[in-house]
Amino acid sequence: MARIGVFTCWCGENIARTVDVDQVSAAIAKLPGVRASVNYKYMCSDPGQALVREKIAAEQLDAVVVASCSPHMHLRTFRKTAEAAGVNAYRVEMANIREQCSWVHHDRAAATAKAVDLVRIAVAKVRWDEALEPIRVPVTRKALVIGGGVAGIQAALDIADAGYQVALVEREPSIGGKMAGLSETFPTLDCSQCILTPRMVDVGQHPRIRLHSYSEVESVSGFVGNFTVTIRQKARYVDTAKCTGCGECWNSCPIKKIPSEFDYRLGFRPAIYIPFPQAVPARPVIDKENCTRLKKGKGCGFCEKKCQAGAIRFDDQDKLVTEEVGAIVVATGFKLYSIGKQQENESRSGYGEYGYGEYKDVIDGLQFERLVSASGPTGGRIARPSDGREPKNVVFISCVGSRDNAKGVPYCSKICCMYTAKHAMLYKHKVHDGQAHVFYMDVRAGGKNYEEFVRRAIEQDGARYYRGRVSRIYEENGKLIVRGADTLAGEPVTIEADLVVLAAAITPAAGVRDLARKLNVGYDEYGFLLESHPKLRPVETASAGVFICGACQGPKDIPESVAQASAAASKALIMLSRDEMTREPEVARIDEKNCAACFACVRTCPYHAIERGEVLTPRGVFVKHTARVNPGLCMGCGTCVSICPSKSADLAGFSEQQIYAELEALV
Amino acid sequence: MEIGYYPGCALHGSSNDYETSVRACLAALGVGLREIDDWICCGATAAHSINHKLSIALPARNLALAARDGFGELLAPCPMCSMELLKAEQSLRADPELRKDIAQIVELGLDRKTAVLNLIQVFQKIGLDQIKDAVKRPLDHITAACYYGCLLTRPPETLRFDDCERPSTMEAVLAELGAKTVAWNYKTECCGAGLTMANEATVLELSHKILMNAASHGANCVVVACPMCHVNLDMKQRDIERRYSVRHGITIYYLSDLVGMALGLSDAALGIDRHFVYRG
Amino acid sequence: MSEAFEPKIVAYVCNWCTYLGADLAGTNRLEYPPNVRVLRLPCTGRIDFNLIVKAFEAGADAVLVSGCHPADCHYTSGNYHARRRWIVFRRLLETLGFEMERIHFTWISAAEGKKWQQVVTEITEKTRRLGPYTAYRDLCEAHQ
Repeated sequence: MARIGVFTCWCGENIARTVDVDQVSAAIAKLPGVRASVNYKYMCSDPGQALVREKIAAEQLDAVVVASCSPHMHLRTFRKTAEAAGVNAYRVEMANIREQCSWVHHDRAAATAKAVDLVRIAVAKVRWDEALEPIRVPVTRKALVIGGGVAGIQAALDIADAGYQVALVEREPSIGGKMAGLSETFPTLDCSQCILTPRMVDVGQHPRIRLHSYSEVESVSGFVGNFTVTIRQKARYVDTAKCTGCGECWNSCPIKKIPSEFDYRLGFRPAIYIPFPQAVPARPVIDKENCTRLKKGKGCGFCEKKCQAGAIRFDDQDKLVTEEVGAIVVATGFKLYSIGKQQENESRSGYGEYGYGEYKDVIDGLQFERLVSASGPTGGRIARPSDGREPKNVVFISCVGSRDNAKGVPYCSKICCMYTAKHAMLYKHKVHDGQAHVFYMDVRAGGKNYEEFVRRAIEQDGARYYRGRVSRIYEENGKLIVRGADTLAGEPVTIEADLVVLAAAITPAAGVRDLARKLNVGYDEYGFLLESHPKLRPVETASAGVFICGACQGPKDIPESVAQASAAASKALIMLSRDEMTREPEVARIDEKNCAACFACVRTCPYHAIERGEVLTPRGVFVKHTARVNPGLCMGCGTCVSICPSKSADLAGFSEQQIYAELEALV
Repeated sequence: MEIGYYPGCALHGSSNDYETSVRACLAALGVGLREIDDWICCGATAAHSINHKLSIALPARNLALAARDGFGELLAPCPMCSMELLKAEQSLRADPELRKDIAQIVELGLDRKTAVLNLIQVFQKIGLDQIKDAVKRPLDHITAACYYGCLLTRPPETLRFDDCERPSTMEAVLAELGAKTVAWNYKTECCGAGLTMANEATVLELSHKILMNAASHGANCVVVACPMCHVNLDMKQRDIERRYSVRHGITIYYLSDLVGMALGLSDAALGIDRHFVYRG
Repeated sequence: MSEAFEPKIVAYVCNWCTYLGADLAGTNRLEYPPNVRVLRLPCTGRIDFNLIVKAFEAGADAVLVSGCHPADCHYTSGNYHARRRWIVFRRLLETLGFEMERIHFTWISAAEGKKWQQVVTEITEKTRRLGPYTAYRDLCEAHQ
């Protein structure tokens, strides 16, 4: 027979004012198995917890019920209290007689009757609770970081500096991400590459970071603390060990006019190329779509002839490499919303009326960064892509695609107001007699020194801000006619611009949904990865051991990305700091004698936590197939329990018997 | 081929030159037009501004009449008519309750679907290759600015026809006739629409800008597929010239005019001699 | 009968969304009738329709199943399984002549305290009008 102790809390007046706690204690004391039924003003306080321990000792209790606030508040607290006094932590249940009783009902009689029922249910449930031990799972003390932008770089450095091995996977030929292509960053106007490249070099040289550049994650298996990741290292056609980065090859390549990805098609690169001079690794890659030798199988080969180190390998192949890691950090960053009429998502219709993609002088924010950048295609001279002339009137349009339910995405992309102000300032600093015009809806400058920064753009650098949208842009006599509205003046505004810069919405990087599925991480309708809890757990995901940071979780600027990266690293380090980790043991279990091996549960489990196994005799002779739950992976949802046709699956803490017992106690 | 024909008020009224043009041109292409018997006004701007149900019921009766006469397809050369008819057709398909309600009002069955076509879609249906083969007199003297106005491509969710920001279906037809077309910036800008009487100054200003832009891009004529556009650009051209002290002298052709001309039809047969701006 | 009929309502709710939503209703002191008894489960995916039948067998007059909105399931897909099962189970119950107005299926998120209040109030009033569920008891007695 169980020896159950029931402790009813007054919660000061919160419960006692409406629920007659004495009546509850008295009613419950009569139930079979209840050896102690007391009430106290504050059960969670020190004296309250002392009372619990005292009763456990006095009555040799083996199960505890606390009737008080929501289990979400204090279940953990009372589990610890019970454990300390010798009662298994998982033979503790709570009855919520505050949030779901005393706080929502005012009739004393009805509330008290309900409280008694709720405690009765909890007592029935605890009777069937098994004594469980936390599940111990070994941890591979190594991390994987996916994405080598500023967030991925920060996370990798934090984990490596703490003393653990890190594998960093980046799909471009070099790490650096979008930040490497920026000119200056707000609000300090620091040179972006100047602050980033030392970090990039740290990563490249770090003894504990293994950089897989020009690589992608092919598959992920395993579970928290024990992931096996297969990485595809794409063929560079260059032996990076032999290559010295001297540059003879890319200088001698005859195919020179391929639109450069790094310059967002405003500049050109050869077929064998390094994306930018400060690339890490500083090793070139051959673009097999455009290389004569790789396309035709013969001819050219100038780079091979010029290479003193013998590093050109036309016979290179993709390689698959495996990494065993305990924690994964996802930092895949963002791309810009597709501005023109062609959209990935058919329900969005793009901004055909802005002429992006049709008029050379209508560009996006990232392209403008390349124009301004000293290492860009124009050497930092702001020039119109069409004719190279210096633009005297530049129009900047905010919210292209953002905050737009009709054609784009409903959310705000957060960084555009700031970088538009920055663009207006950088433009004015270079073209002293130029005029910047900014069309905005609102100006969102919420960070430290951000508002002051925007004011400088207006007050010191003379940027003209028009609150209104632009309806159309068309080209007339070499000028871009921008037709917009100035809602504060109440008039339409037409500007003859030389250059138009569109602040396009921030969207997640291409391919992120496929990656998320491999990692069993959720994503929202835009592809942003889902955090466990938007307020309190912004870098964890529903998949234990997988953390997210940076723009892949939502639009954000560099300081936030760096902060989140360190946050994700610290969460990973919590895991990696021990050889073993413990998990809640309220997991599913399969009765292998009964299991018919239909494997419906294997197919249903959202965490792939159930395996197809075999039952063997002690001598190893095969008896039957069975499904088997991996307790290290199981998250305890119970979906397998309800789908099992033979009732072989059950869930500790929420078993079939327990629920039936709860129902019977009710009525 | 025979299709149903819904002229609408304009083609029987002040834009009867458009009707002449459409009938002559399509006859020459072997397309018979059978006018719906006892059709009524489509509702135009007035109905949808005043009463939603009326704006569905009026075109719905016409759709019902077309179905009754056995037509699965209906040509409405006026884009306002074709838009209202199409909008009503979609509303009726999407909402069975509404369909029952309207069927009672118009006193005819509404269960058969009727496809509504504009003039350009009819040419597409005939086949641009067929039209090219039938050309007798290539239009090499024509450099046209194709003007779509408001209603041929908008609202895009209803019409799903052409690209509403950068349409090109008229240019595609003209290409088969040997005519040149220009890339210009006022393809879809408003001409002033129905404000011809109520706010003439606005119409004159907007239509003037259209004509200016067409000319500055090298066009020697403007092509339209809408009787309202034609009125504002053609009938009001002299007023525009007087107000802005400028000489436009730009012929405004209906798309069916040019197709007919390329097929060898005379100006008189097509009603071109009844335009206000006509060089003879 | 001297007392007015007070319906007994069993609510199977998921721990992460609806349970927290109900807690929120409490934090906001939103009042509702005291007839509902909440059975907390990790996920609506845990609900085998056995449990619903059992609830009526045990004496419930109405049953509510409530979980996370589609796409928000804490365990990714549990609520989809629950919904799919419900669609099949509902047809079965309808065929058997069960009073479908006694079973309710809702999505209530952790932020929807007000919705919890509204749902519980509506169901309580509706069940009060329907009267006690006696079919099961009558069937048992008939067999004796």
